[in-house]
Order: sequence, then structure tokens, then C-alpha cells
Amino acid sequence: MNNIVILFKRELKAYFATPLAYVFIVIFLVLSGIFTFYLGNFYERNQADLNSFFIFHPWLYLFLIPAIAMRVWADERKTGTIELLFTLPITMGQAVLAKYLAAWAFVAIALGLTFPIWLTVNYLGNPDNGVILAAYVGSLLMAGCYLAIGVCISALTKSQVIAFIVGLTVCFLFTMSGFPLVLDFFRGWLPGVLVDMVASLSVLTHFQAISRGVLDLRDVVYFIVMIVAWLYACAIFIDMKKAD
Amino acid sequence: MIEVEQLSKRFGSRLAVDELSFTVASGEVLGFLGPNGAGKSTTMKMITGFLRPTAGKARINGHDIQLEPLAAKRELGYLPEGAPGYGDMSVLQFLTFIADIRGLSGTQRQKRLDEVIGEIHLEDVLQQKIDTLSKGFRRRVGVAQAILHDPKVLIMDEPTDGLDPNQKHEVRNLIHGMAKDKIIVISTHILEEVEAVCSRAIIIAHGRLLADGTPEQLMARSRYHGAVTLELDNAGKAAELIGQLPEVAAVETNGDECRITALPKQGQSLMPTISRLLDQHRWPVRELHQQKGRLDEVFREVTGGAAA
Repeated sequence: MNNIVILFKRELKAYFATPLAYVFIVIFLVLSGIFTFYLGNFYERNQADLNSFFIFHPWLYLFLIPAIAMRVWADERKTGTIELLFTLPITMGQAVLAKYLAAWAFVAIALGLTFPIWLTVNYLGNPDNGVILAAYVGSLLMAGCYLAIGVCISALTKSQVIAFIVGLTVCFLFTMSGFPLVLDFFRGWLPGVLVDMVASLSVLTHFQAISRGVLDLRDVVYFIVMIVAWLYACAIFIDMKKAD
Repeated sequence: MIEVEQLSKRFGSRLAVDELSFTVASGEVLGFLGPNGAGKSTTMKMITGFLRPTAGKARINGHDIQLEPLAAKRELGYLPEGAPGYGDMSVLQFLTFIADIRGLSGTQRQKRLDEVIGEIHLEDVLQQKIDTLSKGFRRRVGVAQAILHDPKVLIMDEPTDGLDPNQKHEVRNLIHGMAKDKIIVISTHILEEVEAVCSRAIIIAHGRLLADGTPEQLMARSRYHGAVTLELDNAGKAAELIGQLPEVAAVETNGDECRITALPKQGQSLMPTISRLLDQHRWPVRELHQQKGRLDEVFREVTGGAAA
């Protein structure tokens, strides 16, 4: 436990030691602002909710989260610090969890900094703050899910660019898997049960359910299972690939 | 005590380490020698628990590195090849982080940090980021993190690579200073280093152990062991007479015609007979010395066959 805290602090500080953190936060805030006000027609809708803010989060995360995740293990392998890390008295689980949680905490900070939009909507009207809170929780869980995918892919390569592109592609598939585009591709040759399974893997459908204010246990379980599964795979990949 | 038993590592079809067995006792400084690609680093990575061996075992003070990794790793200090460090941290932040992970805290942590920083002379770069350090300083930071928790077993992969002669000297002094109550294993290609710091040397090539002994024992395998070199004016005549001595296996004339080296037959001592000969003829000798043997020659001889 103690080791996780020490590693977590080191990792989180590392984000702010380089311009990366500030660039990410600024881009995240600017883009989410543009999407909300211009594409989401925040004012024109004339409704006291943050739907037009949250609806773009999957697409924002799709590009920004792999950019955060790509360095997590690829960099460690490229610089050789992975050898240092795993000859210290810590376990694989502690290392994987600490680095993941630090990245997630960083995303949470960026998400938390969108609070002015919550202040704005409360100033303009009387929104249901319960729904907004649920949507924030859902958004954070979705970010965690994308992040787990990206971190896992990052363990497979020494190249951050490859980690980014592959991570983005896999995240894209998991976002789109509820859409006809993807489902039609599988429908031709997979049995119906499996097609339904693919459909239920979509990040988007689960996020949309939560962001409507319905914190259904199944949606929460989906995100947690996804995160645990990808991190478990990540640990296996690190063990397999650390030699080369 | 490090116990390595039948340790093997296979990468695909390539056998990097082939049933390597040896033990190192407390107080020993073991030099790990071998040509590039001999399996030195791979062996060290397995002993320190970074790589899982294909077969065999490694135990650190009785703790199997695979079965009780945390207990074994606590006993260990390790400097990986190339001395990696987190580039975005300052030297002080990095060492503090390692101290925390190693479970040092409070005044004990401060005391160890001060000691190590003093010993390795890192005072001037404490606030500098590791990315901006010179190669020599990076290596020293790597050594510092390895000895921070005062480990009983210290394993260093090429600790003096990239250091200037003064820094090399300092690292060697440091190793000397720590040697008495620790086990130290260093890998190197610098043979003078083995003579300078190691109490024992192992030569491996193609993952197999080829020689194991004190530097003196290894040098005794050289054909130059006990050879006598002398420098005098009428070298030609002397070479001829020395060549006729029964103890002499061969006489080599060095380039400048004035130096000759007489190689002894196995187990024979040359010095008495040669000095008697010199007395008889009253040749004025400018230089006369007996060689201990050449480690580089033994190294080439031992690994040469395997490398071919």
C-alpha cells in the first residue's frame, strides 16, 4: 500500500514536471468549451443542463486519453527505467496500479477544472445537480476505461507514437462497437449472441446511460470490469515484453 | 551469499545463458568478464529478478529471487546497464524517491542521503534534472541509488563505463571501501579494473562459465606468467644464450631490438637462472622484471575459441 502511494506521487508529479500536463489541460478545457458552446449550442438550447457539455466527452477522450496513456509504459521501457523499477522491492500489481491511478488522477484534475461550466449553468438556471454529478462520475469512469486500454497498449511497445495510434484505434473500436457500422461487419459471420455482446461492449452506450442521470449498477460494473481486465492484461504484457 | 544454480535463459532459439552455476560469499568482489553478448547482463538481470530464468535458480542470502522476490530484492542494490534514471526528476528528488521505496524514513533517510551524496560527490548537481546530467554524473547517480539502503549484496553492470580516469578511480575506491562486509558483483570489459578491485573473476562466453578464480590464478594461466623481460644493449647475443636455457620455452624479441622477453616452460621459474647468466657475462642491464601474466591474453585465449 505504502509503495503504491510513493509511486503514485512520483508519477503524478512527473506529469507536472514537463509542459505535457499544462498543454493537455489547456487543450482539454479549450476544446470542451468550443464543443459545448458552438457545436452543442449550449445557449440556444435554452435548457439548464450540461448535456451539450458531456455529449462530446467520448470524442474528446478518444484523442486526448491515448496521448496521456502512451508514455506510461512505453517511455519506461525505452529509457530502461523499467529495469530499475522492477528490481526495487515492489510487486507488479503495485507498479501497474500506481502508474494507472496517477494517470487517472491527472485526468480527474483536468476534468475537475471544467467546474466553471457548472457554475455557469447554475448561475443561468436551476439544473438538476444530481444528474450533473452522475454525468461527471460517468465521464470519469469512461476516461478511466479509455486510459486502461491505452496504458495496456503502451506496455506492448517502446514507441510512444505506435502506442498512441494503436491505443486510439482500439479505443475507437470500443466506442463505436454499438454503432451499426461495426455491428454490420460482425453480423455477417458471428452468431446473434456474440453480436449482442459486441454491442454491449460499447463505451458510448454505457456512458450515455449514466450521463442521463441514471447511475445503473450494470453500467458502473461494466466500466470497472473493463478497467480491471485491461490492467490485468497490461501486467501480463509487461511481464512478457520487458526482456526485449 | 549469492547462489546461482544451473541458471539458463533462452530468447527464442538463442540460448543466452547456459546452465551457469556459481556462488559468491560475503567479502568477495566478483568481476564478471566476457565479450559483448556473452550473457553477462542477462545473468545479472536474472539474479536481480528482472528477468525470469528459463531454468535454474538464483538465491540472494537464502531468498529465492523467483519465490520470494520482495525479500530477495530488499537485500539487493542494483545498477542496471546504462544507469537508467527518471529524466524528469532532479537528482535529489530521484534519490529521495528511491529511499522512500526502500523503506527509509525520517532521520535515517536524511542520514543515508547525506552520506551517499557526500561519498559520491553529488552535491553540485542535486537540483539538476537527471536528463541534463553528463554521462559520468548519471552513472554516479546510478551507483548512489544502488547503495542508498546499504545493501548486503551489490550488483553493478559496468559501473565505470563512461567515467573519466579520476571518476573511475573514485568508484573503485568506493567499491574497495564497501567490500569487506558485502558481496559485490561487477561486470566489465576493462581488465585492469579486475586487477584493481576484484578478489575473484569469472569469465563467461556464450552463456557458459569458462574460467573462475582469483585474478592471480587467472593470470597464472597466461603464457606470460613468470616471463622475464630485460632490456640491454647486446640483446641478440643474450637472446640466443637465454634461448638455450632448459627452463625457457621461447624468447620473444620486441620491436626495438633491445628488449627481449623469455617465456618459461610450464611451472618453471626463470629469474634465478637468468640472473646467474647476466652475472656471468656482466652485461649491463637497463631493465629487468618478471611478469605476473597478462589478463587480456588469458581473456582472449579463454573466450577466443568460443567466439569463433
